[in-house]
Amino acid sequence: MRAQMKIVVIDLLAERARMITAALADAGFPDVVALGETDNLLDRLAQIDPDAVLIDLAAPSRDMLEQMFELSRRIKRPVAMFVDESDSASITAAVEAGVGAYVVNGLHRERIKPVLDLAISRFNAFSRLNTELETTKAALAERKLVDRAKGILMKMKGIDEEEAYKVLRRTAMNQNRKIGDIAQSIVTAAEILN
Amino acid sequence: MSTRVRIGFIPLVDCAPLVALHELGFAREEGLEIVLSRETSWSNVRDKLAVRLYDASHLLAPMALATNLGLGGPRADIVAPYVLNLNGDVICASVQLLDRMAGDGLDAGLSGAEAMLEAIRRNALDRPAVIGVPFFFSTHHYLVRYWLASAGIDPDRQVRVEVIPPSLMAEAVRSGVIDGFCVGEPWGSVAVDAGLAAITLPGQAVWAAAPEKVLGLRRDWVEERRDDLHRLLRALYRASVWVADPGNRTILSELLAGERYVDAPAEVIERALSGSLTLTPRGAQARIDRFMVFHTASATFPWRSQALWFYEQMVRWGHLSATPEAAAIARETFAPGLYREALCAVATDLPGANSKLEGALDSPTPAASRRGKLFLGPDRFCDSAVFDPDKVA
Repeated sequence: MRAQMKIVVIDLLAERARMITAALADAGFPDVVALGETDNLLDRLAQIDPDAVLIDLAAPSRDMLEQMFELSRRIKRPVAMFVDESDSASITAAVEAGVGAYVVNGLHRERIKPVLDLAISRFNAFSRLNTELETTKAALAERKLVDRAKGILMKMKGIDEEEAYKVLRRTAMNQNRKIGDIAQSIVTAAEILN
Repeated sequence: MSTRVRIGFIPLVDCAPLVALHELGFAREEGLEIVLSRETSWSNVRDKLAVRLYDASHLLAPMALATNLGLGGPRADIVAPYVLNLNGDVICASVQLLDRMAGDGLDAGLSGAEAMLEAIRRNALDRPAVIGVPFFFSTHHYLVRYWLASAGIDPDRQVRVEVIPPSLMAEAVRSGVIDGFCVGEPWGSVAVDAGLAAITLPGQAVWAAAPEKVLGLRRDWVEERRDDLHRLLRALYRASVWVADPGNRTILSELLAGERYVDAPAEVIERALSGSLTLTPRGAQARIDRFMVFHTASATFPWRSQALWFYEQMVRWGHLSATPEAAAIARETFAPGLYREALCAVATDLPGANSKLEGALDSPTPAASRRGKLFLGPDRFCDSAVFDPDKVA
């Protein structure tokens, strides 16, 4: 076995792949190749000949990878899914986080475990980050929409900003809809009528 | 307060009973709330079932066996008490492969299937043809191997098998990664409509009653929640009856077409439900009887002989070493006892036996059953062989 562990990261999200690659380098695993979904994934893997493969579970190529390992398992060397089949806690944590790990060259458990733990924590951190980002983006978009609707109301009804907001809020309450929805309707109507 | 059952599925027409279970209210009538999750790979479906993120799943019949045998992913203890459908796969050849054969002066009277076999035999591409299948331990893979071998072709030397996700099969033909494939509908028809491939053979021409997908559950869930299992299977049985009713085809195909489910045109999905297939990009049509069977008194019954047939194929192709223990694991994966237990009051009839000869019937034939009303459908293999489960070592 080589002294330096060679790891391939297959991730649909380039940003997350960069994050994991950097984190692995910091943790003492500099030999990492990040691959996206490509046509010649299996050829690339054969060239790189990694000791371990981390894969985004959202990647459709996972079933191809399983076939490749199924074949290599029978030809030459053992391939294990995840770290250790008996370690159900870490398998569960990995699947929940959305990352799979294949140990290709019969690496020892203690050598790959930190790699998987790191991948799990980065996947989890990334999805938390993304959820927050999505929430912030949605809130910002709604605020812009409400501002536009207020402007339209102010112009058409000759009212001030506070009054315009009250109209929006009252309509939303009466119709049991969200303020954002009402604002969208006003903006759409104004676009059509203009 | 209803009980929640989380089910994973792959976008294919044969997820229909699971969709109907949820959308048509069959589960609700039994006090169950179904949460369906669409998955991108069979490996994910298997692993999420194993680690309890799902309670049940749409599963390839051989995959249930493979998981219990520790082949592929982590070993798990899965039971299959219900067959979701028989048949529904198509074998296709790329337009390039068929054109090459026509250019080689091939007899125009030959069927697409014969032309495909002949192209492989003659090494028409000057290399082994590459055949796509959706998963290593899949019905498709074993049907293709059986078909090729019965035509005198060695599937380990004269072709190369590549795993490609079902919905990406057409794209793999387009980019020249594969020359043919076997896949569940609608993904064969999608490739035909894209002008990339022709359907050369429906799966049931290889085995007329191949159990395609099963409902897979963990054995511990089944043990702990027996009452929920009974309710789930009863609701699923009613869903299957609804799905199989020709009068419901239009609404079912519209439902499945949605992006939450199969995400393909309703008209293409309806072809699989009706068995009226468009075979070639030029529009050749065929009406295929029993193309995708969701319900008859015996179709959803998990025959142990079916599980043993897959076991024997795995052994035949060196995917598994034959041992009495492995055979027992394969046999026990299909759970006819649970089917009977759950459906005794609901099913119109139940088979008397757990196993049968596979491949012995040409036409519907009466069989020993509880109420004497059970017919077994045709189940011939393409080489007319008869598989006797009692002869499995």
